[in-house]
Order: sequence, then structure tokens, then C-alpha cells
Amino acid sequence: MEPREYRSSIMERRKEVLASLENLGTRIYEQIERGYFPSIEMPSRSTENIYYDPNFRQFILGDKKVKRSARNIRHLKPFAQLVWTALFSYELTSQRKTSTLRDVYYSAQAYEMTFKDQQESNNIITDLETVLGFSREDFNIFPEERSAVFGDLTIRYTVPGYEGKTLNLTSHPDGVMIGPALTSADFVETSADKVIAIEKGGLFTRFIEENVHKKFNAILVLTAGQAPRATRHFIRRLNRELKLPVYIFTDGDPWGMHIAMVIISGSANAAHLRDLTTPDAKWSGVWATDIVNYKLPTDPLDEIDMKRLYELQKDPRYKEDPLWQREIKTFMKIKRKAEQEAFSRYGLTYIVDEYLPAKLEETK
Amino acid sequence: MAQVTFEEISASDFFYRNRDIAGFTNPTRAIFAAIRELVENSLDAAESLKIPPEIYVRLSFEGEASKETQIYKLRVEDNGCGVPPRHIPPAFGQVLYGSKYKLKQQRGTFGLGGKMAILYGQITTHQPATIISSTSPSSKIFMYKLMIDIQRNRPIILDRKVFLNKEGWRGTVVEFSLEGDYLRAMPKILEYFKQTAMVNPYANITFVDPKGRLYKFTRATTVMPDPPKETLPHPYGVDVELLQRLIQVTPYNNMLEFLKNHFHRVGEITARKFLEFSGISPSKNPKKLSHEEVVRLMHMLKKFKEFLPPDASCLSPLGEELLKTGVLKELKPEFVAVHQRKPATYAGHPFIVEVAIAYGGEIPQRGGFLIYRFANRIPLLYDEASDVSVKVINAMNWRRYKVSPDMPIAIVVHICSTKVPYKTVGKEFIADRPEVRREIANGLREVARQLQRFLTRREHVDKERKRLGVFGKYLPKIAQFSAKLAGKEKPPDIEKLLRSVRKFGAEGV
Repeated sequence: MEPREYRSSIMERRKEVLASLENLGTRIYEQIERGYFPSIEMPSRSTENIYYDPNFRQFILGDKKVKRSARNIRHLKPFAQLVWTALFSYELTSQRKTSTLRDVYYSAQAYEMTFKDQQESNNIITDLETVLGFSREDFNIFPEERSAVFGDLTIRYTVPGYEGKTLNLTSHPDGVMIGPALTSADFVETSADKVIAIEKGGLFTRFIEENVHKKFNAILVLTAGQAPRATRHFIRRLNRELKLPVYIFTDGDPWGMHIAMVIISGSANAAHLRDLTTPDAKWSGVWATDIVNYKLPTDPLDEIDMKRLYELQKDPRYKEDPLWQREIKTFMKIKRKAEQEAFSRYGLTYIVDEYLPAKLEETK
Repeated sequence: MAQVTFEEISASDFFYRNRDIAGFTNPTRAIFAAIRELVENSLDAAESLKIPPEIYVRLSFEGEASKETQIYKLRVEDNGCGVPPRHIPPAFGQVLYGSKYKLKQQRGTFGLGGKMAILYGQITTHQPATIISSTSPSSKIFMYKLMIDIQRNRPIILDRKVFLNKEGWRGTVVEFSLEGDYLRAMPKILEYFKQTAMVNPYANITFVDPKGRLYKFTRATTVMPDPPKETLPHPYGVDVELLQRLIQVTPYNNMLEFLKNHFHRVGEITARKFLEFSGISPSKNPKKLSHEEVVRLMHMLKKFKEFLPPDASCLSPLGEELLKTGVLKELKPEFVAVHQRKPATYAGHPFIVEVAIAYGGEIPQRGGFLIYRFANRIPLLYDEASDVSVKVINAMNWRRYKVSPDMPIAIVVHICSTKVPYKTVGKEFIADRPEVRREIANGLREVARQLQRFLTRREHVDKERKRLGVFGKYLPKIAQFSAKLAGKEKPPDIEKLLRSVRKFGAEGV
């Protein structure tokens, strides 16, 4: 583990981001100077232009392009909003300040650049991501964070005021929030040999209390439901930079299954972005077959659950590994679902003592 | 002729007992009706000489009558034709006496209003009325103090004076006391003056209310509509009674001449055709017609299809220019369209519909059209919902004209006729006659089309202005942000782009 290398990767990326933002500004500036209405071309994000790419093992955008032109009265406002967002991102990134999606919405008002609502400003940020191929976290724009990490990993901050400072991620028993500072930190060293991602906060806390990180030599990541993009990117870095295998534990229902899938293969919404997936991560449970094998207390699958299963059955991401189709079929057969907490019927530590080791072994 | 019919019943007595039907329902309505009737008489008096009316109305507080009502003195002055002295006592002291029993358009139709007001005043206050009048600048001024002998329908002259007319005055002053509730009546009275000013844009009207407040409605023009001409009755509009009377008075002793001389738009050829159609000999003496034959004659007159429609010379519509002037003067809209329909008839009575639609400006936006209804230049202020105009307006498909009730829109409908189809003696709303309905609808369609053109044009201009505004707002921002992002000192020049947008825009308009 050579810390310097990691650090430069964070710095490199920031330079790239700044250069691409500058480049966008120059392109527009020059078009106007030459007497043309400036225009920007980007891949279309409409559903018919989203394809699943088996090589990348994620959704990608096809060849269809859309053009935003300042000549078109309907494009004019979003165009100006896009350029403003680029400028705002440039200032954030170069001054190493971070901002939330909500901030962007309000900051715009200071420039008399009003967004109709939060949704409109979110859309413009996604446009900027599509134009430049970087994700908003690269522009230092973060959503509200709720996920956390715990385990023996030492990181080194790059955010102003903390530059060079290190932190071991076992230092706080509630875990450390995966926020802007952690996302932009370099990895220094770790003794862990795996990553365990957990859907729910209760179980995350139980695992820390039960010393799962020590017993299993693991870094624990709380996704808190569907993992935010910063968290998906963080898991990917743990997997890529530290070469750690990733195991995902979710509730035993279609929604839990899909939380694992998004960490592994990404979402259609992020088809314009790379580096958010961890294709080698494993969904370790709770499977439908676990519900049967461990005789877990269950609830019936309702209509919406069943509908979701039929959707997932046709989803190309679920055709990669036979495991998925097998589990979908089992869910459909038993028509039952179980939460992670269901293991408590065998005692509070059963899940750590019996289930976890068995599943880690099974999905190795 | 008419007072002959009513002589034995005492018309005064009849209306004393039935004052509701003439609009004197309660103290609020009464004070409004009194003002209205006298002002209308004054307008008619000035118009008959074709001089722009100059009307002064003063209502002054005299004392409390009861908890809710007060005694007021009402004084109305005009510069009209005046009343010859010998006619003053019957004209103001005898119900159903007057100059309004001929076939031409006039505001009143019963010769009832002014006297009804005086009668009401006398009933409620037991005070005499004072009438001062002069018929020309060279004539003397006569003053009468009158009361009405209700049971005998006769004027009682209490005092009579003659003055020298040193200042060359002409006109009439009526002054009497009456009980009423001005505070409640005030909104309607003020509305009445405003609307009267709207359809009489050539009149100066001054009103001083009991609190001493002055309301002045100044004329915007001295042009006046042509006064109506008297006409003979149209064959479609006669009834047996009228035929009998004509037969009594006719000097002609054969049907051909009788028809030619007593009916509107009946000439030699039409008369012969009709007689052939009805199987009546042209040489038959009308005085020899039996009662049955008169009834049959009336039916045949109505059945015969070849009578020419009545001409409208007996009508005095306001005219598009004057209507426009009036609407602009009183409503101050941003846009007005007016339209006068060609004369039409219902049941042998000619009528003309005039409509106006006004948009924006000082017209309030209140979730519904403001509707102004007029009949023979009288504003109709009560019972709006029952009026034919309102029914037509409600039935119209306004969306076709891009018009919706939440726009600031006022609609004016004026019907003038020798016989306005009122539904009540109170003369507040017009009956739903298919002929009238059709004319109103067609008139409204025409002005609605004009309004639509105006709105479309304005929308276009607005849209274009908005479009240029969007470019003007965002292009400089794009320039500014991109320059900053590119690290340039100055934003790029956007003038060329803005110029091209403007040129592009000009073609679009």
C-alpha cells in the first residue's frame, strides 16, 4: 500500500474536472465570439438510448445525441442554467468547498438564475454530468448523506484544513459518515481483507457491537437503504484500490435484492456515468432460499412486491448471474419475504455466529 | 285616447293601490325610481329639440320619517322643451296623461313615471309638488304648486305664478318631497347615473346627494343621434282594438285607401295583393266591416307574408360612434368593439340591437362579465338574471373567441324599439323573444370576433416581447458565465446575436 499513489489519484481527478469545466467555458466563449449561437451536444438520456453493456456490466448511453442551442428559445434558460452550474462547480472545486443539491438551488438565486424547483436544478446538474462525464461529487456537489463506514482503514484527508491529517475508521463506534471529506480522502492503509455492506442501521450497529470487523477482518459499510452515489463510488474504490472483495447483506425481498444490484451494476439513472459500480461485489443474503433454509419468520409479498419481481426478472442486469433468476423464482414461489432482523428469533448473535460466516463462505 | 279607456276607474287610484308594478315597491326602490323617471323625462325633453341635455339633480335631506326611512326633497332641472302652461297641471297631476302615446321610440312608454313619482311623494309626505317651466327663451316662466286628487285622478292647483323670463331660460324644474332610504339606494342611483352617462354621452349630468357630495358626468361629445320619427302601425303589430279605432276615425271609405293610408309600408301594390290574398273587396267600406270581419282582417294581416318589414326611421339607436364614445368615457377600457345590427322586427314592432364589448383598462376583473343592459337608452339595473341578454351571454360559447369570464370584460347590450318587450311594468328586464335573442346573439358574435382579433394580436405582440426578453435576459448571462469559466477578462460580444434575434423576431410578427 503506497499512500502517495492514492493521493495523486484524488489530485489528478480534481485537475481533470477543472480542466473539463474550463474547456466547456472556452468552447461557449469562442462560439459567441465568432458570432454563433453557442450550443452543447451530449448523449441523450431518454430511455430508448439506455442500453445494458455486458462488458462494463452496467447501463450505458447509446449514440443518440441531444443538442442544446442558445438559438432555441426553449433551450435558452436551461442553457444558461447549465453554464451557471458549470461556473458554480468550477468555483466549488477550485476553492475546495462542497455544496449540497439544495445549496445549488438557492445559490443560483444570487445570480438571478432561478430554478423553478429543486427538481429543475437537479436535472441541470445531471446534464452537466452528462456533458462532462464526471459525477456531481466530482464537482463537490453532494446529496444529503446518510450512509457510514466502520473498520480498520486509515484515510488521509485532502479537504482544506484537514489536509494530511489521518483518521482510522474504527475511531468512532457509530461509524464515520461517508460525506464529502471522506469521499475525497486518500486511503493510507488497512488490515481488512473484505468489505461487508449492510442495508440497515440496526444491523450495522449490531455488527460493530459484535466485533464483526475484527472477527471477519472486514470494513463495514452502511448503505442506509439504496446506496447513495458517493457510497457506491466509495465501495468501488475499496474494491479497486484496496483489492478487497465486497459482500452485500440486505433484507430478503425484491427491494433489498435491488439495493445489492445497484451497488454491483449501477442504475439506469446513472447510465451517463462510470466508476459507480462494483461488478465483482456479491449479494450474500438474505436470499429467498435462505428464508426457506433458515426457516425465517416472514411476511407475505404484496402486489407491489410481486410486480417488482416481474420487472426485475426481465431486467438485463439480472440475467448476468443465474443466482438472480433462481432467487427471483424462489421469491415468486414462496411469496414470502424476510427482514435481516428476522434472524433474531434464534437469538441476537445467531446472525453473526452462524449465518454470516456461512454466507461469506458460500459467496466467496 | 288612452285616458278615455281608464277614465272611469281613476288611473291614479289604480296606481296608488298597485304602485309595486311601477317600481315603487319600497323606500329604497322608490327613491331610485323617482330619480330615474324624472331624469328620463328630462333627457327626452332636451332630445326632442336636439339640444345636448343639461340635467341637474339634487336630493336633500328634510327629516326623519321613521327608523329606516327619511324625507328627502328631490329637485330635477333640465334645459328641455318645457311644458306649455295649460298642460302643466294634467301633465304632472293626472296619471296616464301625456305625450307618449304615439308610435315612436321614447324612454317612457306609459306616460306614467314622472307622475307616479309625484304621486308617491304625495302619498308619503302630503306635500305638494312644484313645477316650473318655460317653453322658450322668449316665453314667460310658469310655476305651479300641485297635488293630485287621487280618487278623481285630477290635479289640484294650490298656487300658480308667472315670472318674466329675463335670462332667457328654457326648460323644466320639478321639485317635491318623498320618503325613501337613500343610503340603501345609493349604489343603484350612482350606477344609474354612470350608465345613463354611458348611453347619453352628449349629456351633462350633475347630481348632488343628501350629504352634499357632487357627482358630475361630463359630456364627451355634442353629437346626438337623430330623433325618432312617428310612424303608422305596421300590419303585423295590430290588434282588434287598434283596428276598431282606425275604422272609427278613418276618412276613407274603401279598404284599398284604408290600408294604404293607415299602415306602415303598405302601398298600392301591397294593398291590392293583400286584399286579393284575404278575399276582401278593395271597394268595401271599412266602416261596414262586422266585428267578425275585423277579427278575420287582423288574422289575415298577420298571415300575409308579403308586407315589407317596418323601417327603422321611428327608432333612434345610439349609433356605433356614440356608443363607443360612451363606453370609453365611463368605463375607460383598453379596447372596445361596438356593433349595430340592422333593424329587425318582432310581432310587427321594429327594433335595433346595439352591442359593445370592452376589455381591460379600468374594467375590474371579478370572475364574470360586467353586463350593462339598456332599453331605449335607459339603463336596466334590476333582475339581471332574468334578462334575455344575460341568457344569450351565458349561452354563448365564449371559448371560441378566446374569451373567458375571468377576463376584465364589460358587455353592453342596447335594444331600442317602439315597443320594448319588457316583461314587467317595472321595466327592468326584457323578455326572451326569439327574434330579439337572435339579434343579440349575432351582435355579440360580431364584437366577440373583434375582441378575439385584438386579443390574438396582443398575445402575439406579448409573446414576441417575451421572446426577446428571454434572449435579452439569458444571452448576457451565458456570455458572462462562460467568460469567467474560460478565464477571460471580458464577456464576448453578444450584440450580433441579439441583433439577429430581433430581425428573426420581426419576421415572425
